[in-house]
Amino acid sequence: MPGLIGKKVGMTNIYNEAGKSIACTLVEAGPCVVTQVKNVDSDGYRAVQLAYDDKKEKNTSKAEKGHYAKAGSPPKKYQVEFRDFRSEFDDKVALGKEINIADVFQVNDFVDAVGTTKGKGFQGVVKRHNFAGVGQATHGQHNRLRAPGSIGAASFPSRVFKGMRMAGRMGGGRKKILNLRVMKIYPEKNLILISGSIPGAKNSYVILEK
Amino acid sequence: MSDLIKFVEAQNSPKKEDSSLFSPGDTINVHYKIKEGSKERIQQFQGVVLQIKNRNSSGETFTVRKISNGIAVERIFPSGSPNIDKIEVMRRGKVRRAKLYYLRDLKGKAARIKDKI
Repeated sequence: MPGLIGKKVGMTNIYNEAGKSIACTLVEAGPCVVTQVKNVDSDGYRAVQLAYDDKKEKNTSKAEKGHYAKAGSPPKKYQVEFRDFRSEFDDKVALGKEINIADVFQVNDFVDAVGTTKGKGFQGVVKRHNFAGVGQATHGQHNRLRAPGSIGAASFPSRVFKGMRMAGRMGGGRKKILNLRVMKIYPEKNLILISGSIPGAKNSYVILEK
Repeated sequence: MSDLIKFVEAQNSPKKEDSSLFSPGDTINVHYKIKEGSKERIQQFQGVVLQIKNRNSSGETFTVRKISNGIAVERIFPSGSPNIDKIEVMRRGKVRRAKLYYLRDLKGKAARIKDKI
């Protein structure tokens, strides 16, 4: 599917024709450079590798430099492979070509957004798995307000089942949000306004897939 | 706030001077468009501005409080809403706070606000 790499800028809102306020996320996306085109003959599948965000030459390894030199582009920080970048883009997709926001997205398209969620650290079950907690502060509750309760039976099965939801590290993982609507596009500033929220902190990388 | 967000907000909200026209403590009359089926009419809501939140962003809202038949009603309007037809400033009030939450605890004579001269 076609897509683009971007950076989350932040959130704002716009008003639709009915005067309703719609929360939107602003993403600075592209221009991305095609650094590799994979096809069935050489790689066994079709894909396009895009790269985004310049980085310094001195922070680039020799191997990476060689890879970017093939595409004739300066080294980039972040690259993503998109499987089956649709054939309608075939003339635009060639090694070293730049792909801009208007090439891929139009207003009212539905996109999927992939980001790395904000790390929440070690969290209990109420926040991490939406457990309800005890629900009462009195009637004999001492310090068990947010406790998980029973995690299984006793002598049978004599163990805790795998996958039992417990406290632990939360956030900081890859998350994809499906079917977000493109509200506005500003090609001159490489900006795209998407309705709803997108995982990740400001300035974190976001992959937009169509 | 990021410059890019400011750019987008400037693009999407036509320049309105509305919110800078009044401040907390003023008595204003908001003409608000209401759609009923296919018909559109204008409703007026007159009262004291309690607060203006998220100033100078597209999420800016203001709260208007009035006493309607002895019952206090507070209504929150989004400043950028296209449904606001116009805002009239009826009186300028002299207050010493940005958020007039204390008015909620006052009744009758005590809840009056002095005019700004």
